[in-house]
Amino acid sequence: MLATVGVPSIDDLFSQIPEGLRLERPLDLPRGVSEQEILADLASLARRDRAGEDLVCFAGRGAYDHFVPSVVWALAGRSELYTSYTPYQPELSQGVLQALFEFQSMVCELTVLDVSNASLYDGATALVEAVNMARAGGRSRVLVAGGVDPRYVETLRTYGRGSGYVPEVIQAPDGRSAPPTDIDPDVAAVVIQHPNVFGILEDVTAFGAPARAAGAMLIQVFDPTSLGILAPPGDLGVDIAVAEGQPFGNHLNYGGPYLGMLAAKIEHVRKMPGRIVGETVDVDGRPGYVLTLQAREQHIRREKATSNICTNQTLMALAATIHMAWLGPGGLAELGRQCAAKASYAFDALTGLASVEAAFAGEPFFKEFAVRLPRSATEVRDALVDRGFLAGVPAPWVDDGTLIVAVTERRTRQEIDALAIAMEEVLAS
Amino acid sequence: MILGAPVRRQGPPGEGTVRDLAQPGRAAWSFPDLDVEPTEVPEAHRRRQAPGLPEVAERDLVRHYTRLSQMNYGVDTGIYPLGSCSMKYNPKLAEVAAAAPGFARLHPLQPDGTAQGALEMLWRLEAALCEITGMTRATLQPPAGACGELTGLLIMRAHHTELGNPRSTVLIPDSAHGTNPASARLGGYRAVPVPSTPRGLVDVDALAGLVNEDVAGLMLTNPNTLGLFEEDIARITTIVHDVGGLVYYDGANLNAIMGRSRPGDMGFDIVHINTHKTFATPHGGGGPGAGPVGVVEHLVPYLPVPRVQRDPDGTLRMSEDAPRSIGRMHGFHGNFGVLVRAYAYVFFHGSDGLQEVSELAVLNANYLASAIAEDFPLAYPDSRPMHEFVATAAGLERDAGVRAMDVAKRVIDLGYHPSTVYFPLVVEEAMMVEPTETASGSPGAQSGPGTTEGPGGSAARPLRVHLPPRLTPPGASVPARSPADRVRGGRPRSGRAAPRRNR
Repeated sequence: MLATVGVPSIDDLFSQIPEGLRLERPLDLPRGVSEQEILADLASLARRDRAGEDLVCFAGRGAYDHFVPSVVWALAGRSELYTSYTPYQPELSQGVLQALFEFQSMVCELTVLDVSNASLYDGATALVEAVNMARAGGRSRVLVAGGVDPRYVETLRTYGRGSGYVPEVIQAPDGRSAPPTDIDPDVAAVVIQHPNVFGILEDVTAFGAPARAAGAMLIQVFDPTSLGILAPPGDLGVDIAVAEGQPFGNHLNYGGPYLGMLAAKIEHVRKMPGRIVGETVDVDGRPGYVLTLQAREQHIRREKATSNICTNQTLMALAATIHMAWLGPGGLAELGRQCAAKASYAFDALTGLASVEAAFAGEPFFKEFAVRLPRSATEVRDALVDRGFLAGVPAPWVDDGTLIVAVTERRTRQEIDALAIAMEEVLAS
Repeated sequence: MILGAPVRRQGPPGEGTVRDLAQPGRAAWSFPDLDVEPTEVPEAHRRRQAPGLPEVAERDLVRHYTRLSQMNYGVDTGIYPLGSCSMKYNPKLAEVAAAAPGFARLHPLQPDGTAQGALEMLWRLEAALCEITGMTRATLQPPAGACGELTGLLIMRAHHTELGNPRSTVLIPDSAHGTNPASARLGGYRAVPVPSTPRGLVDVDALAGLVNEDVAGLMLTNPNTLGLFEEDIARITTIVHDVGGLVYYDGANLNAIMGRSRPGDMGFDIVHINTHKTFATPHGGGGPGAGPVGVVEHLVPYLPVPRVQRDPDGTLRMSEDAPRSIGRMHGFHGNFGVLVRAYAYVFFHGSDGLQEVSELAVLNANYLASAIAEDFPLAYPDSRPMHEFVATAAGLERDAGVRAMDVAKRVIDLGYHPSTVYFPLVVEEAMMVEPTETASGSPGAQSGPGTTEGPGGSAARPLRVHLPPRLTPPGASVPARSPADRVRGGRPRSGRAAPRRNR
């Protein structure tokens, strides 16, 4: 090979690197190892974590321990799909393209909105992109309901530093968000999360009215597992709906890779970021799928782009697609019913303890709720880890004692009862 | 060069969507019987009409997505020489490692004490990436390369803002990938193009004329987007530093220089890495990726939160304590599952293996460039390519009316993935080829842009090349930019405009 190239040695192929810039020593890393050794190394690291059967998960706030059907990764793990590139070459990518088209179609069915993209990085960055869509018209302000997860607000604040806005949070002392009052024609977007960070069901239409009156877009952060039983964003007057798609088919993975869902009314399609797959026909009239509306995208628009998104999360979207097809309308409704019923049972079990009370009494919720503990929620959570429970996620922005508890269909009555007993013991100690 | 028979790689034609398999009453789902009292959704919040998800049996589901996989080409199917994408073999061991319950079932908001293994993995990977790039600390949070770019630009912005003026422009070579100028804009900057020389390198004199106190920085890949090493890199970084600017390294091409040279030693201040390129984490059909960002010492305080920190007793924690941080680029900690795979690749190969990766990648690219030079000469013949090269079909178009796209279609017809075509934009009839280290470099190297009949062969016979692919699935001849008729499936709901077919 060197002879074909016309150089005597490998070193000659690197001769254009100026001498002073050559690394004249080996990288300061261990030398390579066998497969057996690297797998043993990683397995020993994984064993130092406590997860799965080892720690019963009641934590949520955007990432949930839902059941992942066996079929999901048996199919999403097919390497013709996961070792392929972004489907620029439609002739060689009909499998991925069609799966993404199906994903978009299902997201539209879930949300009752007209158009979906092929997914974004995660729920928080999907919200960033939705806000960018709303601000593309020249308006500046971004109003955020108090019930939106502070983690999402922090993400908005970070990206806003570059785009030139600061999200304005409407404080919500009662768990349920208060509709905006300080709204003017410079407001680009009103953001609401429903169910909100405390799991509480919000009155989305109460946000839509002032938003519409001011000509601002209404953006909803939704929970896709709720949409078998809860009214969809499209029926609530929402312009753009975004979600963390992890609950469909994706493992917790310590926070990623997940997928962001983003769907919108058709009039916003040209402002939509990321990949969109369209159905078309070939020269022989047979159906086929292609990336479409690419004139919106960064590789065409370059410095005029309103998004720099280059990839989506295809593999995660594929897993979500398979999970949604596995569920169908009946399974999705059953999933929602089981989450809601088990969360309600857990709420009663925990607030039935003498020293535990509902953080926001009387508010209806979906699969997550907040309780107020008589001690530091972080300390109680940590003490419960020793008893085999990940009891929830503390909410220090509310107060020291608030704990947000999530209950998925995967939890059993027995586990919930055991959590209540363990919490009682911890609080009594 | 012998290619063998064309590979038929698609599922049976006419595979409908999953919805077409649906029959009312069919279902794949199963749940345990509800073991608590059912509850009612409050009337005002209730969904009135069930979503139109497909109703299918699990068997049909399995056959459908199996057939879709057969209609797709991946690295596991064959060579995938997409320039600028580093489509190398993805080791299976990484998939096994990432599936361990201690990683896969770990909740992102668990107490640090229950995630010490995951944190240790992140800590070691960060240190390894810093050693490979010559940076001080890194964030592993950005979930993709483009997000890493924006992270770097927001760090740049925070740095200049603290010095009193965020500045307004970022310099970007005219050959750069489209995400660079788009990221600059999202970072609040105006992108100013830097011209290339006839040799395909940054025009240093032009750069010297463009820098001023309003320039926040320069974004550059090295080797650059044309696969060429910027020999004047030390002068380039000095010119930018002299006006107080920062120099950003787009890690798209880091695969060429591991163990041979480091961005930090070249004078770069901020480096992003595409783990899905350099460290063989699977591209996933277009994600997930991961785009870690390393910085030099004085920029460490701006890195996103949370960051992994080690306490004096050795315990690791996710720390939010960084008052000068730019904030949060992802809802949680980034694409952790991808980072596990990157760790597996880095430490499986080790210091010796990573260097060999780069050496083989460069050797393969140079070999292939030489082998096809007769039909497809290098766009910049005066510079030696590194891990990828840009050839041009301009001569062929002139002589025979065959365009780069025709060549790509012909390669597809023969059962292989073609090279990148029409990128970089600055090259006429560009064909950008990156065999990576995992292509077989021996004679029989399967694919150059048009090596359909072998190097120097008659790949370009106009009549043959002009034929559309004959063996590829439905949609085969659809140009990628044609407006698609529908962007969603399903039946139109009443009261909404029905999707329209144009043809």
